[in-house]
Amino acid sequence: MLKRTVPLIIASIVGIVLILAKFSPPIQSWETEVVMWFDILAVFAFVLGAGNLNLNNLKKISERKAGWGYAAITLLAFWITLICGIGKLGVPPNEQYLGYAWSGSFEAEGSAFWWIFNYVYVPLASTMFATLAFYISSAAFRAFRANNVEASLLLLTALVVLVSQTSSGPMLSDLIPEESTWAIFKIDTIRGVLVNLFNTLGTRAVMIGIALGVVSTSLKVLMGVDQSYLGGD
Amino acid sequence: MRSFTIIICLLLVAGTSDVSAQEVAPPSNLNVFDVENDKGEELRLTWTLSADDPNTETKEDVKEESANEPPATLNNPVVGYLIEVKSGNQKEFAEAGKVDAGVSEFKADDLERQEYSYRVKAIGADGSFSTATGISAATPVRQWVDRSKIYFGFFMLVVCGSVVYFIEAAKAGKQLKVRKIAGLEAIEEAVGRATEMGRDCLFIPGIQDINDIQTVAGLIVLNRVAELTAEYDAGLDVPTTRSLVMTVARETVDGAYTSAGRPDLYNPDNIYYVTDEQFGFVAAVTGKMVREKPAACFYMGAFYAESLIFAETANTVGAIQIAGTAMPSQLPFFVAACDYVLIGEEFFAASAYLSGEPQQLGSLKGQDVGKFIAGLFLIVGALLMTVSQFVHRGASGEKTGPLQDAISFMTESLLGT
Amino acid sequence: MDKFWNSLANLDRRWLFALTFLAISIPLLTGIVLPQKVTPMVENVFNAIDELPSGTKILMPLDYDPSAEGELQPMADAFIRHAAQKKHKLYFLTIWPTGVAMIQRQVATLKKEYPEYVYGEDYVNLGYRPGYEGVIKLITSDLPKLYGSDQQGTPVAKIPMMAGIDSIKQFPLIVNVSAGDPGLKQWVQYAATPFDSIEIVGGTTGVQASTLYPYIPNQMIGMIAGIKPAAEYEKLMFEKYPEIEKRPNSNMANVFMTSQEVAHFMLIAIIILGNVVMWQTGGRRDQS
Repeated sequence: MLKRTVPLIIASIVGIVLILAKFSPPIQSWETEVVMWFDILAVFAFVLGAGNLNLNNLKKISERKAGWGYAAITLLAFWITLICGIGKLGVPPNEQYLGYAWSGSFEAEGSAFWWIFNYVYVPLASTMFATLAFYISSAAFRAFRANNVEASLLLLTALVVLVSQTSSGPMLSDLIPEESTWAIFKIDTIRGVLVNLFNTLGTRAVMIGIALGVVSTSLKVLMGVDQSYLGGD
Repeated sequence: MRSFTIIICLLLVAGTSDVSAQEVAPPSNLNVFDVENDKGEELRLTWTLSADDPNTETKEDVKEESANEPPATLNNPVVGYLIEVKSGNQKEFAEAGKVDAGVSEFKADDLERQEYSYRVKAIGADGSFSTATGISAATPVRQWVDRSKIYFGFFMLVVCGSVVYFIEAAKAGKQLKVRKIAGLEAIEEAVGRATEMGRDCLFIPGIQDINDIQTVAGLIVLNRVAELTAEYDAGLDVPTTRSLVMTVARETVDGAYTSAGRPDLYNPDNIYYVTDEQFGFVAAVTGKMVREKPAACFYMGAFYAESLIFAETANTVGAIQIAGTAMPSQLPFFVAACDYVLIGEEFFAASAYLSGEPQQLGSLKGQDVGKFIAGLFLIVGALLMTVSQFVHRGASGEKTGPLQDAISFMTESLLGT
Repeated sequence: MDKFWNSLANLDRRWLFALTFLAISIPLLTGIVLPQKVTPMVENVFNAIDELPSGTKILMPLDYDPSAEGELQPMADAFIRHAAQKKHKLYFLTIWPTGVAMIQRQVATLKKEYPEYVYGEDYVNLGYRPGYEGVIKLITSDLPKLYGSDQQGTPVAKIPMMAGIDSIKQFPLIVNVSAGDPGLKQWVQYAATPFDSIEIVGGTTGVQASTLYPYIPNQMIGMIAGIKPAAEYEKLMFEKYPEIEKRPNSNMANVFMTSQEVAHFMLIAIIILGNVVMWQTGGRRDQS
C-alpha cells in the first residue's frame, strides 16, 4: 500500500504544482529545477543500470548460457571504455590549468576515450543506422502492395515522393512548359501538394489526437486512476 | 590689446562653431514601463531616436517639410545610446547598458522591486555624449498570474475538467462504449501463439526514459501482456534502454504476475537494462531476436530509426508483431512491417480499453471533448480566413474591420501563449 | 513460368540487400555529381544566414550522434562554411552527449579552412549540458546559469565573445542540426516560438521531415531535411562563394546524392517488381 500510495501522492503534488507554475511567473523556474532533479536521479540510475548490466552478463557467463561469448565482449567493452573515460587516459591538461594533469576534458582529442569513440563507436553506430537502408528495400518489396484502393494511393504517393527526392525526376518533369495545362503534373508541384497539404494536415490531426491522449494519460497518472504501470490494478 | 581681444574672440567663435558641429542631438520622450506577466524583475524603456541617428526617420520628414533649407548633414552621427540608472537609495546615475544606433528600446532585468529612475544619452561617433533625456521612473511589479496565458489555462481547464468529469460520471454508473481496437484484441492471440510454439514474448517499452508519457503508456500495456503471459505460462523478455524504465517495468510485471495468481513465475532477470545507446540497443535486441526467435513481439512506446530494423528482423523470424507509438515519423514503418499498429491516441487509449474499468473509459470521453473544441476552432478559423480573402482592402492596402479583429483575436489572444 | 514468379514471391531478402549495397556503393565510388535544382525552401534557409550582417551572433546547437552523421554532417558542414564565409560569430552547443564529438569536427573544419577564426572571439564551443529540452527552456532566460564554462572548462568570463550574453534571446538566428528528440522540434517549440526576436532554421534527417513541416513558415523559416536539400544548399553556396567548392569534402551532399538517386530508382523498381509478383501469383506466399 505504502509502496504505491506514497509515490503516487508525490507524483500528483509535483505534477499539479508544475502545471500551476506554468501560469505563475514567480514560480515558473521551478520546472527547470525539477528537470535538474531528474538529471540527478538519472545519474544514480546509471549506477543502477551499470550494476544490472554487469550482474546479468556475469550470470550468463557463469551459467554458460547460449550467447555467453557476447556477454563477455559486452563486459570487456564496458570496462575498457569506463576506465579510459574515468581515468582520463591520454588526456592533455586544459590550457588554462597546465599544471594539473587531470584538468582536461575526458573526450579531448588524442585521449584513449576519444580514440575509442572515433574508431570503435562511430563506425559501429553508423553501420547499425546504415542497415536501415537494407531493411527499407526488403520492407518495400514485401509490404508495398496495391491490394486495394487505399494501398494503391499510398503506393502512388510513395513513388512520387521517391522520384521527387532525386535530381533527374524533377528536372525531367520540368520539360513540361510552365504555361501548359499539364504543368500541374510537374513532380515538384505534386510533391508540394502532397507534403504541404496532405502530409501537414494529416500530421497535425495525428498530433492533436496524440496531445489529447497525452493529457488524458497524464491526468490518469496524476489522479492515480491508472496504477497499472506501478503493478497495481 | 585690441588685436589680442580680436584673436581671443575669433578663437572663441571658432571653438563655439566647432562644438556646435560636433554636439550630438539627444534622444527624447523616454518612457519606462513595468514588463507585464513577469516575476517583477524587469522594466522596459522606450525613447525617440536622436535627430543625429542615421536610422532616424524624422530626418526625411524634416527635409520634406523645409525643402528650402539645405539638407542637414550628420557631422557626428549617433553610434549608440547609453542607458543610465539610479535606484531609490543611490545618489548618482550609473551605466545600465548600451544599445546600438537605431535601437529605441531597452529591457532592464535582474531588478529588485523598488523604484528605478532612468535617463538615456546618445553616443556620437567621436565618443562624446549628448545631453540626457528627461528622467523617467518606474517600479517593477510582480504578477502572480501570467495573464497572457489565461485563454490557454481556460482551454486546459475545459479539456482536463471534462476528462475528470467523465471519469467521475463513469464511476457513478454512466454507461460508456468504446469501439474495438484490433491491435489490442490481438494481444491475447499473440501471447497464445507464443505459448503454443513454446517461445518467448518480447516486449520493448520504447527507447525513451520514464519521464516520457509514451513510456508510461507502454508500461500500462506491458501490465496486460504480463498478466497474459502469467496466465498462459509463456516466457516474457523485456529489454530496456534506461535503468529507471527497467526498475518501473519490474514493478509492473511483478504486480501483473501477482494479480494473475502466479507470483512464482516472476523472474526479475527477464526485465533488464541493455544500454542507453540507441543502436547498441538495436544490435543487442535484434541479435537476441535472431538467436532466440520470439513468437510475439510488442513495441509499445517512443521509437525512432530502430523501428523498422526491429520490425523487419522480427518478421524474418516469423514473429507476430504488435506496435503502438505516438511518433508520427515512425508510424509508416510500423504500419508497413507489423501485423497490428496502435496509431497515436489509440496507443494512449490502450490502458482504458484493456482495463475495461468504467472510470478509465471516462477519460476517453473527456478526450472527445478536447477533439470537439479543436475541431470547432479549425472550422471557425478556416471560415474566417476564407471569408477574409473576399473582403475589400482599406485605402492603405491593409485589411481592416471586425473580421480582421476576430482573426487577430483568435491567433494572438486565443492561440498566442 | 509460375515457378519463376513463385520463386520471386519467396525471394531471399539477402538478394535485395546485395542489390541495395551495389546501388549505393557503385555511384559513391564513381564520384559522379548530378546537377541540382534548388527548391524555394532551401533558398529561404540559405538567405536566412546570407542576409544577416557580417558578425551576427548565431547559435549552433548540433544535436546528433555518429549514427546520423552520414546524413547530417554534409549539411552541418555547409552551414558552418557558409556562416564562416559571412564572418558570423558562432556559438556551438549540444543537448546530446554524443553531439560533443560532432562539434569537434566542425571546430576542426573551422581551424583548417578559416585559420583567421579565433577561438573565443569568433567561435566558442560551449559543449554538452544534460537536461534534454530543459536546457533550452533555461537558456532562453539565463544562459550563464548553465554555461559557466566552455567545453574545455574555461570560465566564460575569460571568453571575450561571451561578454554580455545573458540568454539566447540575444541571438537573432539559431541554426540547429538534429537527428531526433530533443532537437529541432524542441528548439522551435521552446526558443523560436515564444520569442519573436529569435528566428530558426534547421537541418534534420529525411524521416523527421514530415513531423516538422507543420512548423513552417510561421514558427521556423525553413529546414534542410535529408541529403537532397543539403546538395541544393551546397549548390547555392558554390554559386555565391565559388572558392568553397575547391576545398576537399565540400560537396559531400552532392556526392551522396548520386547514391541516393540510384537507390531511389532501385526502390521504385523493387516496389513495382513486388506488385507484379503479387499480380502473377495472386498474392500467394509460402509461409516459412
